[in-house]
Amino acid sequence: MSVELDVFVGNTTIMDEEVYQLWLDGYTVNDAVKVRMEGGVMDECEASKDVLLSDTMDQYRTFQMCERLLHSPAKLANQLLFQIPPHRQIMLIERYYAFDDTFVREVLGKKLSKGTKKDLDDISAKTSVTLKSCRRQFDNFKRVFKVVEELKGPLVENIRQHFLLSDKLARDYAAIVFFANNRFETGKRKLQYLSFQDFAFCAGQLISNWTVGAVDNMVEDMDEHAFQTLPSLRGKTKVFIEMEGSFKNLSRGLINIAAKLTNTKDVRDFFIDLVEKFIEPCRSDRWSAADMKLYLTHYTNSAHILDTFKHQVVWDRYMGVVKSCIFKMYHD
Amino acid sequence: MPGKLKAKIVAGRHLPVMDRASDLTDAFVEVKFGNTTFKTDVCPKSLNPQWNSEWFKFEVDDEDLQDEPLQITVLDHDTYSANDAIGKVYIDIDPLLYSEAASVISGWFPIYDTIHGIRGEINVIVKVELFNDLNRFRQSSCGVKFFCTTCIPQCYRATLVHGFVEELVVNEDPEYQWIDRIRTPRASNEARQRLISLMSGELQRKIGLKVLEMGGNAVVGYLQCFDLEGESGLVVRAIGTACTLDKLSSGSAPNTNTHMHPNTAPASNACNSPSKDGKEPVFVEDLPSSSGPPTPFRALPTSSSPPPFSPSKPCSRQSSSSDTDLSLTPKTGMGSGGSAGKEAGPLRTLLRQQTQTALEQRGASSSGLLLNAREFPFFTLTSFPPGFLLHVGGVVSARSVKLLDRIHNPALGNTRSYKLLDWNSVTADEPETRDAWWEEIRQEIKSHARALGCHAVVGYSESTSICEEVCILSASGTAAILNPRYMREGCLDIGCTDHRFEEPSPPNCGFCHIPYDELNMPFPAQLTYCYHCRRQKVPDVLFTTIDLPSEAAVAGKGCLIQARLCRLKKKAQGEANATAISNLLPFMEYELHTQLMNKLKLRSMNALFGLHIQISVGENMLLGLASATGVYLTALPAPGGIQIAGKTPGDLSSEHISSIQKRINDTIAVNKELYQINPPELAEEGVGSPIPEPRHRSRLFRSHSESSDELSELDLSHGKKDAFVLEIDDTDAVEDIHSLLIDAPPPTGFYSCNTENMPGISNWTSGVQMFTSVRVLRLSNANLTNQGLNKIFTDLCENLLKSFYFKLRSMIPCCLCHLNFTVAVPEEELIQVTVTAVAMTYDKEQTQEKTAEKPVNKGSLEAEEQLQFPLELCADSSSSNIQTASKISGVGESTNMSPRAASVDYGSFADRCSTWLELLRLKAHTIRRGSVKTSRRTQSLAHSVSSLERCSPLQEGRSRSLRSSRSFGGSSVTVVKMTPLSFLPGTRIIKYLGIINMFFIRETTSLREEGGVSGFLHSFIAEVFAMVRAHVAALGGNAVVSYSMKECVFMENPNKNQAQCLINVSGDAVICISETDQESSASTANTGQTGGSETDGAT
Repeated sequence: MSVELDVFVGNTTIMDEEVYQLWLDGYTVNDAVKVRMEGGVMDECEASKDVLLSDTMDQYRTFQMCERLLHSPAKLANQLLFQIPPHRQIMLIERYYAFDDTFVREVLGKKLSKGTKKDLDDISAKTSVTLKSCRRQFDNFKRVFKVVEELKGPLVENIRQHFLLSDKLARDYAAIVFFANNRFETGKRKLQYLSFQDFAFCAGQLISNWTVGAVDNMVEDMDEHAFQTLPSLRGKTKVFIEMEGSFKNLSRGLINIAAKLTNTKDVRDFFIDLVEKFIEPCRSDRWSAADMKLYLTHYTNSAHILDTFKHQVVWDRYMGVVKSCIFKMYHD
Repeated sequence: MPGKLKAKIVAGRHLPVMDRASDLTDAFVEVKFGNTTFKTDVCPKSLNPQWNSEWFKFEVDDEDLQDEPLQITVLDHDTYSANDAIGKVYIDIDPLLYSEAASVISGWFPIYDTIHGIRGEINVIVKVELFNDLNRFRQSSCGVKFFCTTCIPQCYRATLVHGFVEELVVNEDPEYQWIDRIRTPRASNEARQRLISLMSGELQRKIGLKVLEMGGNAVVGYLQCFDLEGESGLVVRAIGTACTLDKLSSGSAPNTNTHMHPNTAPASNACNSPSKDGKEPVFVEDLPSSSGPPTPFRALPTSSSPPPFSPSKPCSRQSSSSDTDLSLTPKTGMGSGGSAGKEAGPLRTLLRQQTQTALEQRGASSSGLLLNAREFPFFTLTSFPPGFLLHVGGVVSARSVKLLDRIHNPALGNTRSYKLLDWNSVTADEPETRDAWWEEIRQEIKSHARALGCHAVVGYSESTSICEEVCILSASGTAAILNPRYMREGCLDIGCTDHRFEEPSPPNCGFCHIPYDELNMPFPAQLTYCYHCRRQKVPDVLFTTIDLPSEAAVAGKGCLIQARLCRLKKKAQGEANATAISNLLPFMEYELHTQLMNKLKLRSMNALFGLHIQISVGENMLLGLASATGVYLTALPAPGGIQIAGKTPGDLSSEHISSIQKRINDTIAVNKELYQINPPELAEEGVGSPIPEPRHRSRLFRSHSESSDELSELDLSHGKKDAFVLEIDDTDAVEDIHSLLIDAPPPTGFYSCNTENMPGISNWTSGVQMFTSVRVLRLSNANLTNQGLNKIFTDLCENLLKSFYFKLRSMIPCCLCHLNFTVAVPEEELIQVTVTAVAMTYDKEQTQEKTAEKPVNKGSLEAEEQLQFPLELCADSSSSNIQTASKISGVGESTNMSPRAASVDYGSFADRCSTWLELLRLKAHTIRRGSVKTSRRTQSLAHSVSSLERCSPLQEGRSRSLRSSRSFGGSSVTVVKMTPLSFLPGTRIIKYLGIINMFFIRETTSLREEGGVSGFLHSFIAEVFAMVRAHVAALGGNAVVSYSMKECVFMENPNKNQAQCLINVSGDAVICISETDQESSASTANTGQTGGSETDGAT
């Protein structure tokens, strides 16, 4: 004999956070049962394997039915199908949109297209995140991207409002969207040492300082006008560079990076440039983080000393971001 | 009394995409009532349309208002092809027809499609204006309130209980009409949904008319059922209890009760839970009744035939007591003290005098109806105000197997005409066939009750099981003697007054006293003197279908007891099939009964409440499932152990027997501890002083093992034994015993029961989780034996319970209440079990604290009791004693649930059945033996101690779960709690908004895509819940009480990738608020919290 049908429906939807996580992580029902058995749930209520299996199936079904709603989290709050307490709703959304840093590091800066989606199995193998989970995370990025793409206003705030995410998660998503939109190169071997959090921080800096009005999103809006003035700096800072002889190369690198920012295609190489032109030379000179800090601070300020230098504001704006990015990126 | 119905369509949201090209929808709405239809404008290209329509007005008769639902259809406009339906909403406007219920229906309703499920939501406002036009001949019964709740609803008091009302309507099932062959599944489902909605509206209206004719204004315990008879039609039937209810001014009544609680707890102990208190109705004397001398209740069950016992004794007793009662009336109000006085005033329930009612009748039909009501003094209520129930005889049940014929209905050529039919005239024959069937069954029930010396049946219910053309009709109830003239003094200070005025049956044991004549017992039973008052006789076990009376004295906790049984049957057609089934029925009943009895003893309990026996018929098997809540009533003798005996010692080694015996004894001991059943045998020195609990326990074990040792040496063939003997004569018996021991007790922290109140737990905190679970098992093995089937079926039920415990483990400590199992055999080789129940959290510590506090009170009270009834009086079989006892209550019976069953229509059949019955009785006689050894004195002491445990404090400890529920408040969707009970812990119901009675069909032709059968049913049940909640919220309510899933018919055809499911649910929509105001004294700390959270929930 076999159980043909087995359902359990509560007036208040019953959800076990542990099972939810297993579901999100892409475990199959049977694997999830195994994990739970090892976790010792069985002892709690004299449960047998059958009980556990039935419970896991029920919960998986519930999550599958909820998934549609989680795609537009705002609906979760006013849908009528499931009665879920608000704190649970928040948990559901937050966990659904949570991602693995290792996974996101792989897709960061890539186009969120079908092509990339096809490569997910490779990424899955590489990161040992299950394919199912990869797909969910990828679809999440894509969904968020699609929604905020057409929206005006601050990126982080838009994400937070549309997807009811926590501030931290909204910022991370903003970074992902920002990278995907600008297609920043992050996959080069030289950049491999950087974690997603490093990039997320930098993205935060770029978004808040270099995008239009410091609050608008997307690099299309990146303040190109401001940076157009930068090439003119090149001549004027020549003196300054010579003054700081030993740092000539470094300085030239920074200025060149700034100059390239006017060209959208070159923007993609921003991070690789920072590493190649600045971080690597410093590292080979065995600078400590403190040395680096000192150098950049003085370097920034010294521009003010030059009375011929007319672009103090732009300079500060540029250097402020570069400085904090480099600080973040300057590690092993 | 015509009325104007107004509806406004405000907006929609989350609509499905109907136009693939644009990913949008051009939605508009059709609003239909009766034959009138209005349309809104098309709201182009939006998934969240704002229609903001004008008010659509329908001018209609109130008859239509009662019968018809408002039908709202959302469609997608299509310029070139037919408009596509998105889905429908049916709104039952009945709640708007009573003045006290909802005044407007307004809110978001899920748009439901029978093929796709819920597809978005629509915001609708509905109002009704009624014009007064009382001169018309009434066809409508607007204003009669309906309650599913099987007790007098909170915030009402019953001034009069009129009695039984029933009605049924019959129609052809649209699914089986010729037109079904050419219409789409959707159209067919919708026709069915609409028809059933119409039929239940009509049914309700007709019952309402009967109630009005009886002079009542409400139906309590309204139970409506569908019989899907397939080819032969569709029957919608309902039973209920007609009452005259008065609304209590808010807050006052529950107040009084709660105030009183500290005093009364010792006396009334048992399940005096806070919620219970709140809803305890107060019966009040009615004007017409007080004008004339009260009629003795005995006259009530018609002039037909006098009860078998000699009428003089009960009569004299009643008349004398009535005098004292009357004189008491003013006192009672005072006795209760404080604000309680008026509310808790004199209680009087009256059943109408025949003459009075007869005079009032207008037409022949109506007088016939009234006769009916008197003819069947049945009450669908399961819990009663204190004092209403005098004695309980036991369970009476009747079953009958019928062959279904096609319901001929010439007028029903097409589906549209059903509305126009008057069932009484046009289809006169057909409903009457069904009526006659039920009439027969009710007569049988009545005669059973009379055999038990009872004139009324309480906790009455009816059900059917249909397989092909065979239908089993079942009815069951509890035979009882009610006291119509009993003056209840303030409901509460029973203990003292009773003694002072020599009230003959103390409330906490009175209902146990046998109502029948001791010398003329309908059944062999062991009678003893009541262990509580020691004046009257009680049976050794008591089975009932009602809830445990709140004032009953109980020891320990209760638990769910189930007997499960499968019987194979040969496949057959027509009469042969019916005969085969009716041949099996008595044996099934007998075996279920034996199982129940064994399991009861195994748990060391002596009474069953809420007994519900379901027998389901399938093509090749019969399933029997009996569920009840076992309890240890301190008024009844302690149950003896179970004794194993080998019939032929050669067959089974004595070691084997003794090992089984040991296992059984161990199980009993474990269960005693588990359910905290205190030993009935207590040292006498304990009187009046608190006895530490641990001591009891150890004592218990010792005494138990001693007694069982003793017993094993006794000769079993004669004499009175403190044991229940099981004879092992073959391997089957061994199997039976094994299966007896299989039932695993619930894990620590869990209790379970199938009644309204969990005996022994009353300190609920507010964690509530209602759930429905369905499991279908496919029996793949074709050569199953009865034993094998039994095992499978038992495992199925046990596993379900285990699943519940596991799923709800986060609620520990928690109790599963009102566990309602329904079994069905949807197809050959399929067994379906549907369970609806509620898990409620309680405070563990609270119980213990309370126990510690109490003893002083109780001790003194106990001492008083003992003074009044000196021990000598109670000595076994002293002659003087018997006299007094027999005077007090007539008749007696312990077996209560008699295996009398199966009256079959086929001539010789009845005879055969009756012979079997005789056989069974004989067997029963040989099996049941036993008497009680313990002394009365210790018994009563045991009671006193154990009872302390349960009269736990009302309020404290509710805070914890409230805190958890609090967070619900912030949600933009109203939180609607649902419970199958008549109350929600920690809250008080301030308004009943009307009955919820919904019927849904869901069908799919893409079963695999929807996640298989489980996925399909899972989402359907979730959708049903959602629609119930939406309707309640639209009525302004925040909870559904007395919720039940009446029907869950599931059919599948996996090969065609199809499935269909029908669900019928009902309940009472209510507004409830926190109960804390009244409890400030006891739980100041919690008040703020509770109040905050509850109001949140209510908004």
